[in-house]
Amino acid sequence: MSRPILWGDTVQPGSSWSLILRRGRELRIEDLEGGANVGAIFYNFDCPVERYNMPDTLKAQHTAHLTNGFVLYSDMGRVLCSITEDTCGWHDPLGSHNDAAAVGKKYGESSYQRERNAWHRNTRDNFLVELAKYGLGIRDLPANVNFFSRIVVADDGAMKFVEGNSKPGDSVTLRAEMNLLVILDTGQHPLDPNPRYAPKPVKFAVREAAPVAADDPCRLFRPENARGFINTERYFL
Amino acid sequence: MNESTLCPSSAIYDKTVLAGEGWIYRIEANQIFRIVDLEGNQAVDTLFYNANDTSERYSATDTIVGQRNIYLTTGTTLLSNLRRPMLTIVADTCGRHDTLGGACAVESNQVRYAIEKRHMHACRNSFLLAIEDPKWDLTKRDIAANINFFMNVPVTPQGKLTFEDGISNPMKYVEMRAEMDVIAVISNCPQLNNPCNGYNPTPIQVLIWNASVRSAGA
Repeated sequence: MSRPILWGDTVQPGSSWSLILRRGRELRIEDLEGGANVGAIFYNFDCPVERYNMPDTLKAQHTAHLTNGFVLYSDMGRVLCSITEDTCGWHDPLGSHNDAAAVGKKYGESSYQRERNAWHRNTRDNFLVELAKYGLGIRDLPANVNFFSRIVVADDGAMKFVEGNSKPGDSVTLRAEMNLLVILDTGQHPLDPNPRYAPKPVKFAVREAAPVAADDPCRLFRPENARGFINTERYFL
Repeated sequence: MNESTLCPSSAIYDKTVLAGEGWIYRIEANQIFRIVDLEGNQAVDTLFYNANDTSERYSATDTIVGQRNIYLTTGTTLLSNLRRPMLTIVADTCGRHDTLGGACAVESNQVRYAIEKRHMHACRNSFLLAIEDPKWDLTKRDIAANINFFMNVPVTPQGKLTFEDGISNPMKYVEMRAEMDVIAVISNCPQLNNPCNGYNPTPIQVLIWNASVRSAGA
């Protein structure tokens, strides 16, 4: 992948970022230290009432986890983005995110007044702040993806966080199939058993993606995805 | 599995929702709400909102993370997006309900089955029609991930999600106590493309009891 990086930056531990990722570009997210979690939500930037839909993504691909080959569906039968590369192997779509009460209960009291920018932030507030910048609010907040985290579900339905899922340098690449508003947050996963507040940084980079070929692995991954791509292409005709 | 002691004759509200129909109704705090799968194997797609502030709503992921289990049954507290109890499941003769499978939509049916199937009736159209009256203070962006009562969507330890034949039978029911004033929105699922309704959508019954009746009958 020698395509030049158009731009990129680092999302600091416990921080958020929002960005516009145009159709045909790709976003690579790298877990710098290992053990990162990236809460992520996606909207059709041109019409944000269309947004990432967890159940549609899972049932179209008969999956409860995400890795390369899978795509993220909107609630309108279109592909928001495709996972074109993944060295980690498992990303969690089930685990929600922490709010201020959860962070306070789990990691103890913390305040900006005392700790300045090292204070304990939470993903819910960070999501809401970023959403507000685009005229969106809590009504618009769907179930999020947690990149780099793994939750296994036992036969009785019990959910368990798997530690060590992501190694230093692991990365995932998302190819935008629509013009996207992407919101990222590096807060810890709600089921992460680590009792310490220890979110990790991630680096991201935006590049021009290679054109989607007729034999694109995400498109051919399942017949459902081929139809999802048809719906998406029709949207841009 | 856990049965209820409440008698339908003492319910203050009793309605049959036909296959493929939507239903919306306000349920007061402490009232008991029962859904009966009259003929068996019928998915009941359900959303809940705080009746006094509809920006607070049922959250599938917060509910499953809250109980660290993906299946809903007796004892499950249905949590809102503010992580507050909205309803508690107090009786359940089916044993397992889904909250990951979402609601069918004409658009997702195109993806899942065929582009040409857009005309087939689907839950999210029923939701949109049910909330259409502005008095409910709900629009499309409020339609979050829902509960599928009586639907069986197992997840495997390998991370696969499967749609299995229903485990519900005629007259199975699930019963909830409202922990706040809620608006319940139901689509009695019209899906004909998969076994979630046994390829034959059928009617359901919804019943509501006042809290006082419950204590008197217990």
